Amino acid sequence: MSERACHCQDFSRTELLRATAGKGLPAIEGGMPLPAGTGLSRRSFLIRSAGLAVAVYGGGGLTERMFADGIANAATTDGRVLVSVFLEGGIDSLSVLFPAFDGAYYDLRPKLALNQSDGTPFTEDPRLRWHPSAAGLDMLHREGKVSVLPGIGYDHPDKSHFTSRHYWEVGATDAHLLTGWLGRYLDATGKQDNPLQGLSLDTFLQPALATGKVPVASLDGPDRYAYTVANLEPEADLLEALAELGTANAKASDTALRQAAAAAAQAHALRDRLHPFDAGVQSPVQYPSSSGNGGDFPRRLAGLAAMIEQGLPIRCAALRAPGMFDTHANESASLASDLKLTVDSLVAFQRDLEARGIGDRVLVHVWSEFGRRARENGSAGTDHGAAGIGFLIGTRAKGQMIGEFPGLENLDDQGNLRPTADFRGVYSALFEQWFDFDAAQVIPNASQFARPTLLK
Amino acid sequence: MAVPVYKGKFTAAQAERLLWRAGFGPKPGEAAALAKRGLKAAVYSLTRPGTEQLVGPEPTDDRGFPIAPLDAVGHDHLWWLDRMVRTTTPLVERMTLNWHDWFATSNRGVGSQKLMLDQNETLRANALGSFQDLLLAVTVDPAMLHWLNGDQNTRLAPNENYGRELMELFTLGAGRPGGYSETDVREQARALTGWRSQRVKGVGPTNFQFVPALHDTGTKTIFGQSGNYDWHDSCRLVLTHPNHPSYFVARLWSYFVPTAPDAKTQSALEGMYKDGYQIRPVVEAILMHPALHTGPRMVKPPTAYAAGMLRTLGRGIDTAAWAKLGVLAGQRLFYPPNVAGWDETRWLDTATFRGRWYLAATALDKGPTDAPANLTAAQLLSRALSYWGSPTLGKASHDVLLRFAQRGITRGRSRGQIETSLRQLVPTTPEYQTA
Repeated sequence: MSERACHCQDFSRTELLRATAGKGLPAIEGGMPLPAGTGLSRRSFLIRSAGLAVAVYGGGGLTERMFADGIANAATTDGRVLVSVFLEGGIDSLSVLFPAFDGAYYDLRPKLALNQSDGTPFTEDPRLRWHPSAAGLDMLHREGKVSVLPGIGYDHPDKSHFTSRHYWEVGATDAHLLTGWLGRYLDATGKQDNPLQGLSLDTFLQPALATGKVPVASLDGPDRYAYTVANLEPEADLLEALAELGTANAKASDTALRQAAAAAAQAHALRDRLHPFDAGVQSPVQYPSSSGNGGDFPRRLAGLAAMIEQGLPIRCAALRAPGMFDTHANESASLASDLKLTVDSLVAFQRDLEARGIGDRVLVHVWSEFGRRARENGSAGTDHGAAGIGFLIGTRAKGQMIGEFPGLENLDDQGNLRPTADFRGVYSALFEQWFDFDAAQVIPNASQFARPTLLK
Repeated sequence: MAVPVYKGKFTAAQAERLLWRAGFGPKPGEAAALAKRGLKAAVYSLTRPGTEQLVGPEPTDDRGFPIAPLDAVGHDHLWWLDRMVRTTTPLVERMTLNWHDWFATSNRGVGSQKLMLDQNETLRANALGSFQDLLLAVTVDPAMLHWLNGDQNTRLAPNENYGRELMELFTLGAGRPGGYSETDVREQARALTGWRSQRVKGVGPTNFQFVPALHDTGTKTIFGQSGNYDWHDSCRLVLTHPNHPSYFVARLWSYFVPTAPDAKTQSALEGMYKDGYQIRPVVEAILMHPALHTGPRMVKPPTAYAAGMLRTLGRGIDTAAWAKLGVLAGQRLFYPPNVAGWDETRWLDTATFRGRWYLAATALDKGPTDAPANLTAAQLLSRALSYWGSPTLGKASHDVLLRFAQRGITRGRSRGQIETSLRQLVPTTPEYQTA
């Protein structure tokens, strides 16, 4: 991975802004960590059988044909898939499942508190009710397909979006790690010729999937990747030239030149392979529709379900939920709409998997970088907090709470919810119980974290 | 301690790099002319440029009507891109773009093109002046007040959003030894209380003002010092924090050079900066530093790439497509992805490369050209390179384009079509994507 070595010596504004572990690390000097995944080389090609354009990170020596063969060889109709869904910004757990009968809640949330009769009761804890927008989760929970993590977090929480998110992505409170928690698992178990083993359904690689050895892929769903311009020579001829520009400069000594060359080469890899995806993904269920970027999430989930059913060898997938949960002001409206689109899309995905008969193969892990402050701020919003909420969704999910609701009577010294489960324990349990894999190989200090029971 | 100065040759190639890093690339002949002046005079011509003039055709929409940057969707992007294209003070615009990234404010959260353009003017007015003045102005800039909820931060219920980012992203950096604590975040929020705005239907947030009754007049303790602090004090305290100069220097440096400064340079620049928080001398030292002139290349930000092509071609803004193309290429002005700004490690990926392809396609003349049928491949390439102001290409890329032209002739394409295709391909070379 020569690309990687070069990048590690590089210096970027991103690394300046990347917070460090908080103690003893000068964030501002050379040699500081890059965000996970930024050092991987990248190529694009088309999986002919599925008509999918894929950007591949890593796997330097292999041709597209070898990837295609690797994918074909690894095709599976019974392998398990772990799907990571990120709620960006730090979702307000005290709104998703709210303590409807606690006077302290109404004292802390004079503007934001939901009404005692809003939403529906949480069947496992009579103190709590679901936000009306989370009705779909309540439904799946009553079917025994949702495990709620009502106080997920870690000790000494960091309140920076960028730092806390990095911790969750790399699976450790360690600013030095460059590989994602799922990426290290793929490095340990994956194949050199199967980039679909780690699939980022996004316009860029989700850092949780960043690997050090094996290739992973990024895909924005159905493809519209034309390079057509009037009065030029045919697209194929131009793309041929782009490929040659990429090849001719692939060994340039300059990092930026090599990056630009790699980008040019990607275009060629798509040359004459752009089989139309015009028909789109055929889903057996209706997904929520949404204008603008919000529609990306249900569209990508629908594509993921179709790909899994087709036998494409996906082991870990990662997506971002729609919306922005960093609700410093006027939280009620944006949270309600973003949460609803997220939940309804996840419910549609679950129904889709069930309709295709592959529900037992997929487990969805929903997470956010932190929860929010118990006391609302002056802007009808909430500031950055500590422990937050997460979910595990699937027909195989145990359907029981992992950790308890921490309660408002025992906030930490900054007025935040205290964690009742550690995300690294959940990660470890996912490896051991879902993938039958020793977590100690990829989660630092894995033995220190209690393992919840995740599956039925 | 002096900052090292580049002593090597300063030819058109060096001037070309300087103009791309400190602006939006050369206009035809500009690099050669600048090279004749020598490094110091060249840098000063950028950092001390005199009064700005806008040269070239006025911006219009696709039907030839004047643009409406305050109102029409996308015209804010057109307005600023036009200024980058036509300005005679490109470093001022480039620094304004850098400050837009540094104090990243998105109209997604502000909801008013007028407030965004007002902020843009504030960033420009302070682009090379005092960072202290800039920070004070940005702290109470209406777009920023609304974006990070400063206008909803009261003594009864402080909102931490600005107070946190003020330290984490704007002045000190997160998680550094001797940095700030969560208590400092809360106390900063208290010091910053008191600003309000009103939301008027059809206008958006307006009437920003400081309301003394909403300001917390109690004692705050920030960085271990106590006092009845207000927003002026918030700014003063972060500027005098020991971690600020190193953060300022390293971040400013990162906009011009892709490798970290050596320890001596970092230290010397900090010393220079601490003496009055002046931006211009630090920028001048960076632009004259050997690391800029001899170090690795940088990927051009999409906006610089687009503006540079138009400057070279002498073409103005005559289509609203530039705003949408900015989205495709990964940099829609006035809409940074979050408060940390754009991620320059991600300028080039499959999607944004295609966005740049269409930026180039939109910049160049539609073609096909009227190239005579007797031109050779080498002549066609020479003409296409000349069209783009003869950018410096390596032999590898040059040979690829030459082979492309030869293939075109073999395949019986018209010379005009080949020349237009070469014009499209030149800006997609790795050399042109970077500087």
